Amino acid sequence: MKYTEEHEWLDENDGIVTVGITAHAAEQLGDIVFIELPEVGTEVTKDDEIVVIESVKAASDILAPLDGEIVEINEAIVEDPAKVNEDPEGDGWFFKIRPADPSQLEGFMDEAAYKAFIG
Amino acid sequence: MSDLSRTVLYDLHLELGAKMVPFAGWEMPVQYAAGVMKEHLHTRESAGLFDVSHMGQVVLRGDNAAAALERLVPVDIQGLGVGRQRYGFFTTPEGGIIDDLMIANRGDHLFLVVNAARKAVDLDHLHEHLEGVEIEEVRGRALIALQGPKAEEALAALNPAVREMRFMDVADVELVGATCWVSRSGYTGEDGFEISVPNTMAPRLARALLENPAVAPIGLGARDSLRLEAGLCLYGNDIDETTSPVEASLSWAIQKVRRRGGAREGGFPGAARILAELEEGPARKRVGLLPEGRAPMRAHTALFASEDAPEPVGEVTSGAFGPSIGRPMSMGYLPADLASPGTRVWGEVRGKRLPAEVAPMPFVKQTYKR
Repeated sequence: MKYTEEHEWLDENDGIVTVGITAHAAEQLGDIVFIELPEVGTEVTKDDEIVVIESVKAASDILAPLDGEIVEINEAIVEDPAKVNEDPEGDGWFFKIRPADPSQLEGFMDEAAYKAFIG
Repeated sequence: MSDLSRTVLYDLHLELGAKMVPFAGWEMPVQYAAGVMKEHLHTRESAGLFDVSHMGQVVLRGDNAAAALERLVPVDIQGLGVGRQRYGFFTTPEGGIIDDLMIANRGDHLFLVVNAARKAVDLDHLHEHLEGVEIEEVRGRALIALQGPKAEEALAALNPAVREMRFMDVADVELVGATCWVSRSGYTGEDGFEISVPNTMAPRLARALLENPAVAPIGLGARDSLRLEAGLCLYGNDIDETTSPVEASLSWAIQKVRRRGGAREGGFPGAARILAELEEGPARKRVGLLPEGRAPMRAHTALFASEDAPEPVGEVTSGAFGPSIGRPMSMGYLPADLASPGTRVWGEVRGKRLPAEVAPMPFVKQTYKR
C-alpha cells in the first residue's frame, strides 16, 4: 500500500491501482453523506479533481493520484457513502485506475512515512 | 483560541472527547466521539444534552416591561401568561430582523434568551429603547438543553415536577439542589427542555443527566442538522437585518393583537412594511427545498427557475444532509410565485444545475408535548 499527501491510499495489483481515502482522512471528514465518482473509461491527469465527497461538515475534492484511465468505480459507496467511514481502506474504496506511467507510483509514501506525515 | 470564552462545561466537553471549535466568540463542542450523524439520530431516538451556555440570558424588570418590550417586537407580550414562553424577534425600522429570541413571563420579570452572536447588539438595542425597565444580563448561569423523546423521563428522574410542564411552559424547578429556570422548548423539533442553571451547579447537573444511559452529549454539528430538519431558522443564515419576518415565513409568531385591526396594532420598528406584507403577501418567501439527487445544496447555492435560466431567482440559506430523513435538505428564499410546495427549481452545485422541489417544513414531524 502507498499513500499520498492528499490522504489517498493506492494498492497496486497486476497493473491496476485501487484508490481510496485513508482512515485518518475519513475520520477528519466526519460522516460522509455524498460521493460523486468519475465515469468508467475517463482518462484522467494527475491532480484532476475527479471525485467529490461531502461530509456532514463540508465538500471536498479527491484528486487523481496518477495519469491513467478509470477502469472500475465502487457504486456501493455512491449508494451508501457511510461505507467509506466504516471501512475506508477496504470496502470503502473509490475507483480503480490503469496508470499511463507506472513509474509515477514510485514517489508515494509507504505506511511508516504516511504515519509520520499525519503525526 | 485564546480570545475565546469558555462555558463552565468546558472541562466536561474535553473529558467527553469533544472536538472544540470557535463559534460566535466561544470555544464550543462541534461534535463528540460518536460524530454528527450518530448524535443527530440519538437525539431523535432517545435524548441529547446540549451546552448552549454561549447564548445570552437577559432579565427585564419593571411594571411596564411587557408594554415596553412590545415596542421592539411584533409579538403579544402583555397577553403572555405567567409561566409561559413565546418566540419572537427584534425588528429594524426597515422591517428586517435584528435577532430572534425566546421571551418568557416568569412572574415578576421577563426572561429573554438571545443568540450568542447578537447578544451585544441586542443589549445595546434594549438599553437604547427600553426606558424605565431594568435590564440585567444574566452572567452567572449556564444553559443546558435536553432534547428528544426520552428527555422528559431523564429530567423527571431528577425532579418529577417537570412532567407537568407543557410545550412553552416555564417554571422554577429544583434540580441537583439548584433552582433552575426550566422551559419546555428547544431547537430540534423534539420534545425537550432548556435549563438555565447557576454556573457552579451546571457541571453537576450535566453529569447527573449524562449518567442516564438514554442521554448522550450532542455538539453544534448535530444541533444544526436537527434544527434544519425541524425547519427552524438560524440567525445570520436564514434570517438577518435584510429579511422581514413575513418573508421568513415567521408570520405565525405575530399575534392578531399586533396586526392591522388588532387592539395593539403595530407600534414596533418596521411595522409599516411588516403589517403590509402580512396582508398583501411578501415578494419572496423562505421555503423548504428537497434536492432530487443526493448532493446537498448548501448555503449560498444559487437557485434558478429553470435549467437554463440566465439569472438566479433566489438563494439557499441553509443546507445539509438530513440524517433522519436520509436525504439532503435545504431552506432558502424564492419569489412568491415559485414558493408553493411542489414547485421545481434548480440549484447550481459545482457548476451543474440540479433539480430540487419546494417542500413543506418541518421536514420531520414535530413531537412537542402540547
